[in-house]
Amino acid sequence: MADLFEVTDLHLSLPDMTAKPLIGAAPRIEILKGLSFTLPEGKVTGIVGESGSGKSTLGRALVRLLEPTGGSIRFAGQDITHLPEPALAPLRRDLQMIFQDPMSSLNPRHTVGRIVAMPMKRFGRGGSRAEVAAALERVGLPAGFAARYPHELSGGQRQRVGIARAIALSPRFILADEIVSGLDVSSQAQVLTLLERLAAEMGLTIAFISHDLSVIRRLCAQVIVLQHGRIVEAGPCERLFDAPRSDYTRALIDAIPLPEIDPGWLGREVVQT
Amino acid sequence: MTACLEILGLDAAIRRGPRLLRNVSLSVAPGEVRALVGESGAGKSMIGKAVLGVLPRGIEVTSGDILLEGQNLGALSPGLRRRTVGAAAALIPQDPLTALNPSRRIGPQITDKLVHLLGWIRARADARARELLDEVRIRAPERVMASYPHELSGGMRQRVLIAAAFASEPRLIVADEPTTALDVTVQKQILRLIAELQARHNTAVLFVTHDLGVVAKVSQSVSVLFAGKVVEAGPTEALFRAPAHPYTRALMAATPRYTDPFASLQPVPEAVLAGLRAEVAAEDAAREARNG
Amino acid sequence: MSADTRAQRRRAGVRLWLPGLWLGLLCLAALAAPWIAPHDPLAQDLMLERLPPAWVGGAEPGYWLGTDSLGRDVLSRIVWGARIALVVALIAASAACLLGSALGLVAGYFGGWPDRVVSRLVDVWMAFPPVLFAILLVAVLGAGLHSVILAIAIIDWTRFARVIRAEAMVQARMDYVHSARIGGAGRIGTLLTEVLPNVLPSVIALLALEMGVAVIVEAILSFVNLSISTDDPTWGSMIAEGRASIHFAWWVLVFPLVALFLTVLSFSQFGEGLKDRFDPVLR
Repeated sequence: MADLFEVTDLHLSLPDMTAKPLIGAAPRIEILKGLSFTLPEGKVTGIVGESGSGKSTLGRALVRLLEPTGGSIRFAGQDITHLPEPALAPLRRDLQMIFQDPMSSLNPRHTVGRIVAMPMKRFGRGGSRAEVAAALERVGLPAGFAARYPHELSGGQRQRVGIARAIALSPRFILADEIVSGLDVSSQAQVLTLLERLAAEMGLTIAFISHDLSVIRRLCAQVIVLQHGRIVEAGPCERLFDAPRSDYTRALIDAIPLPEIDPGWLGREVVQT
Repeated sequence: MTACLEILGLDAAIRRGPRLLRNVSLSVAPGEVRALVGESGAGKSMIGKAVLGVLPRGIEVTSGDILLEGQNLGALSPGLRRRTVGAAAALIPQDPLTALNPSRRIGPQITDKLVHLLGWIRARADARARELLDEVRIRAPERVMASYPHELSGGMRQRVLIAAAFASEPRLIVADEPTTALDVTVQKQILRLIAELQARHNTAVLFVTHDLGVVAKVSQSVSVLFAGKVVEAGPTEALFRAPAHPYTRALMAATPRYTDPFASLQPVPEAVLAGLRAEVAAEDAAREARNG
Repeated sequence: MSADTRAQRRRAGVRLWLPGLWLGLLCLAALAAPWIAPHDPLAQDLMLERLPPAWVGGAEPGYWLGTDSLGRDVLSRIVWGARIALVVALIAASAACLLGSALGLVAGYFGGWPDRVVSRLVDVWMAFPPVLFAILLVAVLGAGLHSVILAIAIIDWTRFARVIRAEAMVQARMDYVHSARIGGAGRIGTLLTEVLPNVLPSVIALLALEMGVAVIVEAILSFVNLSISTDDPTWGSMIAEGRASIHFAWWVLVFPLVALFLTVLSFSQFGEGLKDRFDPVLR
C-alpha cells in the first residue's frame, strides 16, 4: 500500500515567549528535532509520547496549522512543507483534524448543525439539513442534535460532533489529537469503537496521537514513539508491545496500571529516562 | 481495631436542588487505602471534600455522620471542627499547579500548616519539611524549598504536595485524583511514593480516582460509585476477582487493557445504565419514605 | 452549578429591565422633547427666577423641578438636554467602538506587525490624560457638537482596541479557530464567523459603558463651555450654572446631576446585562 505522508528530517521550532528579551526577537525552542517516517494510506498510526515529547506539535505540522522550519512533509506526493495558505486551501478538505478538547474546538456560539454544515458548504460537499442529519447519524447522534449548542452536550457527544465534522468531508487524512483523554472510560470506549468502525468502513488514514499506549494497542496498525522531539522507536503495533526495542518504550508500557491485581507492580522500578 | 474514618449514611445536595450523595457509608482503617472509583459526576471527590469540610458553596450535607478517629465531626463547632480535621487529616490535590500559590516559595507552603495550625516553631517546621522532602526523594530539599512552583516540573510539584500532606503526621489522607494530570511514568513513581509513605506512617488513605487500573495497584478496599451512590464495595482483590455488580463489570470491560485489546474498551451496555438509574430512583424513593 | 446559573440569569434580568426602563424613558423624552417639555427650554423670565421644585413652599404651578437663575424651566431643559446627551452618546460611542474594535480584532487575531503597530499607537494615545486631550482637541477643532463627538471617538477608541485585542488573542488560540481553518475557512472568514461572535458580548458591554462615558465627557466639555452654545440646554452647562447657586437654589444643580448619574449608571448596567444575555452558556 502507498504512503499518504512522507516526512523527512522534520524540524520545527517555536519562539519562547517566556524568555523574550525586552527588545528583539524571542529565542526559539526546537520542539521537533529531525523526524523521518511515513504514514501508510488506509491505516491508523499511533503517535505516542509524554508531555513535552512534541507529539501535538508534530500533529499540527502534518495538517499544516504550523509551518516546519526544516525538512519536508509530502502529502499524496505533493510537498506541503512551506505551502502558503491560499495554495493549501484546496488541500484542507483532505487534511482534517479532531481535537483533544471538544469544548474548545466547537464554537460555543454556533449550533451543532452549523458547526457540521459550515465546512461542508465551504468545500461544496453539501451541508443541507438532511446531509447534516446524515453525518450526525453516522456518529450515532440523533438528527435533533443539530439544533443544540455544544454546552448542552455531554463530553462524549461533543467528541462525536467533532468526528462528524471531520468525516462529513470524506477526507483522505484525519489527525486525532488526544481525542479521548478528557472522557470517562465509558464514553472513551464508545468514541474509540466509533472511530474504529468508521476507519474500517471508510478506509480512513488516521494519525492517532495519545499519551496512553493501552488505547493505541486497540486502534493502531503501527506506532511511533516520541521523546523530547525525537523518534525513539517505530514499528508495527504488535511487535512494539510484544518486544519493545527501546528502554523508553518498555518503561512506557510497564508504567501502565492494568486493571488487575498484581502485588509486585508498584515495587518494580520505573526506568529513569 | 477502630476505623480511622467512618462515614454513615452520608447525604449531600445542592441547596434546594438535586441530591449529590445518596446514603454513602464506608470506613477506612489505619494503614488502609480505600479507593473511591467512579465516572465524572459520581460524587467521588464530593465525599473527600465533605470529610475535609471544604464542600463548594451551595452544596451541603443533609444527613449522615462523619466520624474521624471516633469523633463525630457534625457535633463539633465549626472552629473546633476545622482544627480537629486540620490536625488529623490532609489532602493531596489533583492539580499540582493550582494547589500551590505561584507567588510564594515552596518551603513556607509546606510548613504553613505546622506553624499556624499546630503551633510548631519555625525551625522545627523547617527541619520537618526537609525531612519529608527527603522522604519523597527530592535530592536537594534546601534548593526546592527556596524555589517557586513554576520552577519545578509537574512530578516534582506533586512530590512537594505529598510531602506537605504527610508533614503534619495526619491519621487520614484524602488523595483526590493525585496522578490524573501526570504522565504514566511519573504517575507510577508518585503512586509508589504515596504507598511507601502511607505504609511507613500507617496512614489511612481515601484515594479518589476514575482509573480502575490505579485502584487495582494501590488500594486494599474499594467503593464503586454511581450518581453519588455506592453500588458495590469490598476488598479490592475480591472485587477484581469476582465483580458482583453489573456496573462494576461494565467499567472493567470499558477500561483499556493492552494485554487484551479486543476484550477491553467495551462500551457500557444501555441495560446496565437503565438498571443503575432504577437503583438510584429506588434509593431516592426510600429516602422520601424515611423522611415521611 | 444550575442554581448559580439561575441566580445569575435573574441578576441579568434586573440589570436589563431597570436601566432599560430609564434609558427608554430618556429616549422617549429626547424624541418627543418639543411635545412633552412643559416650557420652552430657552424662554427666560426674570419674574420667575429660582423657583423651587413643586413640592417645596413658594413654588409656581407648572414648574415641576423649579427654574434657574434666568427663570428657565429646569425640567424642560433636562428633557431637551437628554436629546443632546443621547445624540452624543450614540454617535460618538458607536464611532469609537467601530474604530477601536476593528483595530483590536485585527491586532489580536493576526498578531505580528499589525499588533505591534496598534499596540504602540494605543500606548502613545493612553499617555495623554483623556479629559485634557479632549479639551485640547475641541479647542483646536472649534467648539460645537460635532467637535465633541469627533473628540470622543478619537480619544476613546483605545478603550475598545485594548479589551478587544486581548479577547481576540485568547480566541485566536482556541481550537475552534484552528478547526475553522481545518474546515477550509479563510483568515478573514474565521475572524468574522468564529472570533467576532465570541467577542461581541464584550463589544456590546463596552459600547454601553462608552455611551455613559460619552455623556460624561460631553457634560464636562459643556461645563467648561467648549460644547455647543451656552444657551442650549445641556446637562453639563446646567451643572456649571447650578454650581453658582448651590446655596440658595440647589435644584438647579441636583436635578441635572441626578439625570446624568442615572443615565451613566444605566448604560453600564445595561451593558453588563446584555453581555450576560448574549452568552449562550447562561441563556
